[in-house]
Amino acid sequence: MATDPSPSKLEVEGLAIGFGETIIQQDVSFRVAAGSVFAIMGRSGSGKSTLLKALIGLLRPTHGTVRIGEEDYWAATEARRAKIGQGFGVLFQSGALWSSMTLAQNVALPLRMLSHLDGASIRELCRVKLSLVGLAGAGHLMPAELSGGMVKRAALARALSLDPAILMLDEPSSGLDPVTARRLDDLIVELRDGFGMTIVMVSHDLPSLFAICDDGVFLDADSKTAIAHGAPSRLRDECDHPIVHAFMRRERPNADSDGAGAHHDSR
Amino acid sequence: MRVALLGDWVARLDGVEFDVPKDILRSGIGALQFDAAELGHWDSGLIALLVDLREAAKQDGVAFDEEGLPKSARRLLQLLSAPAVQPPADRPRPLLDRVGLWAIDIWTEGVEASALVGNMILRGAVALRGRAAMLASDLIEAMYNAGVAALPIVAVVGLLVGGILAFIGATELSKFGAGLYVANLVAIGMVREMAALMTAIIMAGRTGGAYAAQIAAMEGAEEIDALRALGVPIFDYLILPKVLALSAMMPLLYMFGCLIGIFGGLCIGAATLHVAAVSFFVEAQKSLSGSQFALGLAKSICFGAFIAIVACHVGLRAKRSATAVGAAATTAVVVGIVGVIALDAVLDLCASVLGI
Repeated sequence: MATDPSPSKLEVEGLAIGFGETIIQQDVSFRVAAGSVFAIMGRSGSGKSTLLKALIGLLRPTHGTVRIGEEDYWAATEARRAKIGQGFGVLFQSGALWSSMTLAQNVALPLRMLSHLDGASIRELCRVKLSLVGLAGAGHLMPAELSGGMVKRAALARALSLDPAILMLDEPSSGLDPVTARRLDDLIVELRDGFGMTIVMVSHDLPSLFAICDDGVFLDADSKTAIAHGAPSRLRDECDHPIVHAFMRRERPNADSDGAGAHHDSR
Repeated sequence: MRVALLGDWVARLDGVEFDVPKDILRSGIGALQFDAAELGHWDSGLIALLVDLREAAKQDGVAFDEEGLPKSARRLLQLLSAPAVQPPADRPRPLLDRVGLWAIDIWTEGVEASALVGNMILRGAVALRGRAAMLASDLIEAMYNAGVAALPIVAVVGLLVGGILAFIGATELSKFGAGLYVANLVAIGMVREMAALMTAIIMAGRTGGAYAAQIAAMEGAEEIDALRALGVPIFDYLILPKVLALSAMMPLLYMFGCLIGIFGGLCIGAATLHVAAVSFFVEAQKSLSGSQFALGLAKSICFGAFIAIVACHVGLRAKRSATAVGAAATTAVVVGIVGVIALDAVLDLCASVLGI
C-alpha cells in the first residue's frame, strides 16, 4: 500500500518578504501544527496574501526560512520545490481556474500532468472531488458559467486534486454571501477532518476565523511584522493589543493607541 | 468675513470655481464664516470649492469656521481631511544608475531567453523520446491550430505571392523572349525564399500573437500562478506543445505554400504568356535542386521554433493588466516578423557561403 510522503507540518522562522526595496513583512515566525486550521490574519494591505505566496513558492522571501516537515523549502532546488509543492493544494482568492477548460479538466490537469493514473481513474477521482464540494454533475461547465460561490468550490476541488497534505486557502469566503461563506467554512472543516489535512487560511472574515481556526498569526501593516499569535477567538477575548482588539471586535482603531511593534501572544 | 453661499453648485453644469478662494482671501481677512441659508442644490462642485478654500485659508493663516455650512457638507469635508496616500518617493536616478539598470534589464532578458531556448532543446529531446510530462492531446490540438487551421490563409497568400512573382517575371522576361523562364523564377523564388518567409510572417501574426496573448491573459488571471502552485511544470505543459507544434507544422505549411505558389505562378504564366502547364512544370522542376528545397525546409523549421519561443517568452514576461495582453500580442508579432526577416538574411548569407 502506498504511503503518503508529503509532510503536513509547516514552520516559518524570521521570514521577511517584499518587492525590491519595499518591505512588506519582516521577522515573521509561526508554527502550524499538523491537522490544524491556521489563520493568517490582518487588515487589508498587511501582506497576508504576499506571505502566502512565499509559502507556496511564488515569491522568494528576502530572509528567513519556510520549513515543510523537516525540509527548508526555499533552500531546496527548483525541481525539489516543485516536488514539495505537489503536497500543497492552493485555493486562490480569485479562484484562478483555468478558463479555457471545463471544471472536470481543471480538476484533472494536476493528475494528468503529475501522476501515472489511467484516464478512468482520473475521471473517477475528479467526479469524487467535484461531488465532495457539492458540484456533482457540473464537470462539463466552463469557469465563466459559474457563480462566485461555485468558482470557490470548484477551485477547492482542484486544490484537492492531488490529495494534498497541506491546503492553502487565500480568502476563501471573500465575495460570498454569509450563508454561502458559512457553508464553505463547514466544508473546509469537514475536508480537514475527513482527509486529516493541515489548513493554512488567509482571511479577514471574522465569522470564518472564529468558527474554524485553531491557531493563527496577526500581521500588521504599520509595524510590518506579526503582532499577535493565537486562535482568533482567544485573540478576540484576551489580546489587548489595540490593533488586534479593534480588528477582532470590528471597532475603529484608536490612532493614539497604536502600539505597533509590541508582541502579544495569547496561546 | 461671512461668505454667503447662494443658488445651485452642480459640478457637471458649473465645473469648479478655481478663482473664488483667491478672490475671497485677497482682501486680507482674519476669519471665514459661512451662511448657507440660500444654498440651493449642491454636489461635489461645492465641496471642491470648500476644500480649496480651506487649504488656501490654512496657508494664509485665516481661520476657517465650518459652523455655517450644511451638516452633510461638514461631514464630507471631514472625510477630505484624511491624510493622502504617500506615493513612493520618485527621486530621479543618476545617469549611471539608469544605464546600469537598463543593462541589467537587457542582461536579464537575454538570460531568460537563453534559458528558454536551452530548456527547449533539453525538454524537446526528452519529449521526442516520449518522456516529457506534456499532454499528447495538447500537442495534437496545438498542431491542428498551427497547421490545419492555417491552411486557408497560407493558400491565399501563397497563390498571390506565386502570381506576383509570375507577373514580375512575365513583364520583364517576355521583353527578351524568355517568357518560359517565368517557371524558373516562380519555382526558385517560392522554394528558396518566399514560401518559407511568407508562411513565417503569416504564422508570426496569426499563431505567435495568439500564443503570447493566451499566456499573458493566463498570467493576468493568476492561472500561471495556479499551475506553479500546484507543481504543474509550466514549460512542459504550456510551452513545449506550442514550440513543438509550430516547429513541426511550419515545414508542412512551407511545402504546401511552395505547391500553391507554383500553381499561382502557372495560372498567371498561362493567362499572360500562354505557357503550357506541362512546359511550366518541366521548366520549374529543372530549375530546382534538392539543396534549395532543403534550405527552404530548414528555414521553415527555424522560423517556426523562433516564432513560438519568442511568443511564449513575451507572454510569460507580460505584466498583469488588460493592456498587457494587447502589448504582449503586439510585441510577439513585431519581434516575430522582424526576427524572421533578420534570421532569413542570416540563413541566406550562410547558404551563399556554403554555395547553396
